[in-house]
Amino acid sequence: MQTIPDDITRHSRHSLTAGLGDTLRAEFCKLRSVRSTYWTLFAALAFNVTFAAVEAIFLPGRLSEHDKATLDGVRVSLGGSHLSQIAFSVLGVLFIASEYTTGMIRVTLAAVPRRRLVLTAKVTVFAATAVVAGIAVSFIAYFVFQGLLRGENLRSSIGDPGVVRALIGGGLYLAVLGLLGLGLGAIIRASAGAIAALFSLLFVPQVLVQLLPDSWKTAIGPYVPMEAGSQIFSQHREAGALSPWVGFAVFSLYAGIAVIIAFVLIDRRDA
Amino acid sequence: MIEATGLSKRYGETVAVDDLSFIVPPGQVTGFLGPNGSGKSTTMRMIIGLDSPTAGVVTVNGRRYGEYIRPLLQVGALLDARAIHGGRSAYNHLLWLALSNGIARRRVDEVLDQVGLRSVATKRVGGFSLGMSQRLGIAAAMLGNPSILVFDEPVNGLDPEGVLWFRTLIKSLASQGRTVLLSSHLMSEMAITADRFIIIGRGRLIAQTSVEELLARGDGGFVLVRSSQASALAAMLKNRGATVECQTDGTLRVTAMTTETVGAIAADIAIVLMELSAHSPSLEATYMQLTGDSVEYRTSDGASASDER
Ligand SMILES: Nc1ncnc2c1ncn2[C@@H]1O[C@H](COP(=O)(O)OP(=O)(O)O)[C@@H](O)[C@H]1O
Ligand SMILES: [Mg+2]
Repeated sequence: MQTIPDDITRHSRHSLTAGLGDTLRAEFCKLRSVRSTYWTLFAALAFNVTFAAVEAIFLPGRLSEHDKATLDGVRVSLGGSHLSQIAFSVLGVLFIASEYTTGMIRVTLAAVPRRRLVLTAKVTVFAATAVVAGIAVSFIAYFVFQGLLRGENLRSSIGDPGVVRALIGGGLYLAVLGLLGLGLGAIIRASAGAIAALFSLLFVPQVLVQLLPDSWKTAIGPYVPMEAGSQIFSQHREAGALSPWVGFAVFSLYAGIAVIIAFVLIDRRDA
Repeated sequence: MIEATGLSKRYGETVAVDDLSFIVPPGQVTGFLGPNGSGKSTTMRMIIGLDSPTAGVVTVNGRRYGEYIRPLLQVGALLDARAIHGGRSAYNHLLWLALSNGIARRRVDEVLDQVGLRSVATKRVGGFSLGMSQRLGIAAAMLGNPSILVFDEPVNGLDPEGVLWFRTLIKSLASQGRTVLLSSHLMSEMAITADRFIIIGRGRLIAQTSVEELLARGDGGFVLVRSSQASALAAMLKNRGATVECQTDGTLRVTAMTTETVGAIAADIAIVLMELSAHSPSLEATYMQLTGDSVEYRTSDGASASDER
């Protein structure tokens, strides 16, 4: 049986993107053919909607004068994201680390030997899915919150300045967190280890910063991952915090570093 | 065709594969034999580009595996049948593989039929028996209709009926002109299936031969001759280069000569033969003898748990 010329890389012509379409289709097929994808996204939606509903119903009656002046209604409506971020990041970890844990990565890399192509496809497919799902979750949570809210406190309208930015940003935050999970999953190559690393990265700095002297706290505090990233949830900028997009950029940098390390390592290690 | 040249692989201190060169030709089933830990799986991982060799190269159809954009159309491999995501259905597992190499969906149904998994195609593979997982892995290997097939210990976990089915399948694949490489640590399993053998021990090549050549290499193989003129025949055979031993019952035990030659020589000098028979050592015995001193762990004598390092 003879070699079919079409199956061979012509390095000079299209070595970087050849096969990208096929690989994207394959990775999207993988993502949608396991139940865990649907469960984690459903859990994220349930967290956000439940949280928004509970806050809309019970929070207005408990507001102090100070709260009324300072609380950001959009941020409150996205409060469930602190839980649904766990679902998104676990989904990101599992999308790659489960292949290492089960050993299926060898089947994947035998099918697509150019490993960075596999990682590119995984990142793209995951990012696209998570951005769509994350933005949908944010908007639904917002409308549930506003719909159940009584009285004028915390109320806003979708047309108000900063609201749409905060809601889209809320979705992007979830997606970027998922990419951080994906990057860590590809580096650590084991689901449990990557999830532990991810939670350490998210929650440990948050706690440690509280233990620092005040001057350090104000200097470092805004840059810890969750603090920086979650500024985009707010309609109005908080004092001492980074601006929404700068905070989001800092947050994305953490995920970006993890993904870049994953790209470097995947070609260097045996599968 | 698979071609390895000077292939070596180290993992830290462990030399898993050591300067291995071999050719796996098309149209035959090549058995890849060696005791446990001798480097068969490592070699197979290097063939399909999963582990990179410390030294040397291995090519499939003349190119390194990683050079193919759609390698599943060249090489189908089954390394570990259990290494798949248990939450996916058999159909979807094959579907993503097909998509990754631009293979038509129709092939998914075809290979599912071929391995007899059609009825469980929509079931999650986590619930599959080892035998069913093996069949799924074989289906995955055949998906791209490749000219090269590589199977690592494929019959582990198959029931006797499955083993028979698998043998028939790979023989037919080889007879279609495909290259088939099949590993096992058991000669008994290979003797029935393989046309050629590559035998390794501790990562090194011990033999690369056909079944016949392998038998000839074993000690134990001899030709038994009975004749009323035994001593005259013995002298003649020795003269022609055979080693001849006169046994107590008057028969001759001839080595380093085939029955055909012995018969022809006897006819030449008009000696009557009452018996002329070839006594082969079993492939099993030859294999044990060849790999005897490269086995990592011994259990029989208990003298040393490991004779390596
Ligand atoms: N990833 C690895 N890391 C370290 N050592 C390994 C690795 N893979 C295999 N080895 C070692 O290499 C040797 C050959 O192993 P392997 O190729 O699995 O042999 P076989 O398949 O013939 O049983 C063994 O000593 C094994 O312990
Ligand atoms: Mg093995």
